[in-house]
Amino acid sequence: MSAVIRPDAPVLLEIRDLHASVENQPILKGVNLTIRAGEIHAVMGRNGSGKSTLSKVLAGHPAYTVTGGSVLYRGENLLDLDPEQRSRIGLFLGFQYPVEIPGVSNLEFLRVATNARRKERGDEELDTFAFEDVVRERLSVVQMDPAFLDRSVNEGFSGGEKKRNEILQMALLEPVVAILDETDSGLDIDALRIVAGGVNQLSSPDNSTLLITHYQRLLDLITPDAVHVMAAGRILRSGGKDLALELERSGYEWVDAELARLDGEAAPQPAAPQPLEVA
Amino acid sequence: MSSTATVGDLVSQTYKYGFVTDIATDKIAKGLSEEVVRLISSMKQEPAFLLDFRLRAYRQWLQMEEPDWATLGYPPIDYQEIIYYAAPKQQEKKTSLDEVDPKLLETFEKLGIPLSEQKRLSNVAVDAVFDSVSIATTFREQLAEHGVIFCSISEAVKDHPDLVERYLGTVVPTNDNYFAALNSAVFSDGSFVYIPKGVECPMELSTYFRINSGDTGQFERTLIIAEEASTVSYLEGCTAPMFDTNQLHAAVVELVALDDASIKYSTVQNWYAGDENGVGGIYNFVTKRGQCRGDRSRISWTQVETGSAITWKYPSCVLQGADSVGEFYSVALTNNRQQADTGTKMVHVGPRTRSTIVSKGISAGHSANSYRGLVQIGPKAVGARNYSQCDSMLIGDQAAANTYPYIRCQQPQASIEHEASTCRISEDQLFYLQSRGIGFEEAVSMMVSGFCRDVFNQLPMEFAAEADKLLALKLEGSVG
Ligand SMILES: Nc1ncnc2c1ncn2[C@@H]1O[C@H](COP(=O)(O)OP(=O)(O)O)[C@@H](O)[C@H]1O
Ligand SMILES: [Mg+2]
Repeated sequence: MSAVIRPDAPVLLEIRDLHASVENQPILKGVNLTIRAGEIHAVMGRNGSGKSTLSKVLAGHPAYTVTGGSVLYRGENLLDLDPEQRSRIGLFLGFQYPVEIPGVSNLEFLRVATNARRKERGDEELDTFAFEDVVRERLSVVQMDPAFLDRSVNEGFSGGEKKRNEILQMALLEPVVAILDETDSGLDIDALRIVAGGVNQLSSPDNSTLLITHYQRLLDLITPDAVHVMAAGRILRSGGKDLALELERSGYEWVDAELARLDGEAAPQPAAPQPLEVA
Repeated sequence: MSSTATVGDLVSQTYKYGFVTDIATDKIAKGLSEEVVRLISSMKQEPAFLLDFRLRAYRQWLQMEEPDWATLGYPPIDYQEIIYYAAPKQQEKKTSLDEVDPKLLETFEKLGIPLSEQKRLSNVAVDAVFDSVSIATTFREQLAEHGVIFCSISEAVKDHPDLVERYLGTVVPTNDNYFAALNSAVFSDGSFVYIPKGVECPMELSTYFRINSGDTGQFERTLIIAEEASTVSYLEGCTAPMFDTNQLHAAVVELVALDDASIKYSTVQNWYAGDENGVGGIYNFVTKRGQCRGDRSRISWTQVETGSAITWKYPSCVLQGADSVGEFYSVALTNNRQQADTGTKMVHVGPRTRSTIVSKGISAGHSANSYRGLVQIGPKAVGARNYSQCDSMLIGDQAAANTYPYIRCQQPQASIEHEASTCRISEDQLFYLQSRGIGFEEAVSMMVSGFCRDVFNQLPMEFAAEADKLLALKLEGSVG
């Protein structure tokens, strides 16, 4: 179902028929998605369709149980790894709601996280002084005030500051696959530009990004190679960047009909946007 | 797999000090009677005043009831089943470390407390107490050059009986409480410190207590006297082997600070805590009190309590001198089935006395952790001030935290501030750290040490990092 955009690029993430539940409640009901190096994918969908669940299952949140399917990360079985190991080998999740961690210095947190990734790549770990130089340079990517380094992790940060701190972490960890869960929501237009600029700056032909978003306005700034519509725990439709524009025009009405059809029920059929050929 | 572990899985812990040293010991028969008290005193060849002190305490103890007001539950202690005196078979305390049984030196080395000349910590003098007896004190000569006396209390009784007689029991009277009375009757050894007028003690003093015998009670007595305008920083550490029975530890510590004197007393308590089902571990019933007798004197308690099955301990300050200052900084960590009821008493007697209380309780597993503190401001304590902050951190959903602040104020102008908070390490916080490459245990330890930072900052430099590691160790092996 998912579109092939760069058929020759190596596959970084391959999600096959993924099922997952939380508190014995099935949420993901067969997600398929293939992401290759250099691609930017967007996942859209109504609230409650399972987007954050997908991102947390990929990152290894202990509250979610995988009940079927598989996920290969660069050919390796991702679901066998601890969350910390997934990060160390280059998977990054920018949280929809980053938590506050009182008492833990943001600078020290960023340093320990960066070193965990560096160690895995065989790079030398950075001491406090060396790290300060690195972090100061990366702060410019998100135009963040160095004062945020001296505070506790996310404590008392505004919504926008938390999201910028997420992008700062992404800039430091240099992930191979970055999943950004509604990084744009709650941002004013300036902050949105900064965040989008950061993401664009960090994308390269070797890595890939999965953007979870509700809004076309992010996709005006970051051009996706593919857009997927999620509903009731699966990807209902995939297309190119025009699919997002189409959704903006006609909304998600058609989704219900499509779901009803999939469930084998008769239902009135509102006009669905035509799937687009992307490959 | 640790990724499926939840915060609630923080249960077991590793204890690396649980070994027993195989060494011949002199023990007296178990049980307590007036004869036993006399026997201890005569074995130690004590002067008459001390035998009288012990006998008075013993008779008072017989009349007293074991306290039951703490939030602690444990089966009744049979005081006749305990051995009240045990000492490694080494006749006399040696003047040189070369004569100390190498097995004992090895034991302390294994505990990270090297006593030998080559390896000892460069700026810390150590008194090593094994079971009931002090086996070695380092750096004595260097300290003596400054007039500082640092020795075991048994030696102080022999060499400085006048000082001991003048101060012993003046801060914690023999009948202060049930456990203090018991200690006064049977105390075996402990440390003695005397800092003369105007002297700033040139190094950190430290006593390291090690319980080795399985059936022996530990009753140490520590007395620290800081003369006018003197300063001392003292640290005690404690460990014990793992036995599946409980050992009683009932110590008394008395501090006296005269005009402009300052005493900083730090404790890193890591007695064996029992296993994850609550079998074994030390019952720690301790009375610690400092008296700021002089004007502008200062006594500061810092404690990191991580061990013991039961902790009953309230290091206190009696602020008599005008403008004297009392401080209490505490981290108490309980895990598994541990129970701690700990806190402080700040008794403001003199004018413009000030006290600060910072208590951090961390409860994991099925443990219970209570802060119990009293701030008392007497009628003459004009302009007295107190600030208290009591924070609790819960790990998992089976642990309990309680805070019992008591305030008694007879001074209308006194200023008393109390802040309290409770937080829980959430699964989402841990996941956040993990999803940035930080392992589960390191994530827990980052959050715990962040929570404790205000207290760790008070520890002597050499031990702050140690305390951080200790807490991490206590929560280690708790995953999956
Ligand atoms: N931890 C959880 N406990 C219970 N239900 C959850 C949990 N996480 C997600 N869900 C449920 O799963 C569904 C999908 O939620 P989510 O993945 O957050 O959707 P989205 O991000 O697309 O808005 C919702 O019905 C939500 O209530
Ligand atoms: Mg969401």
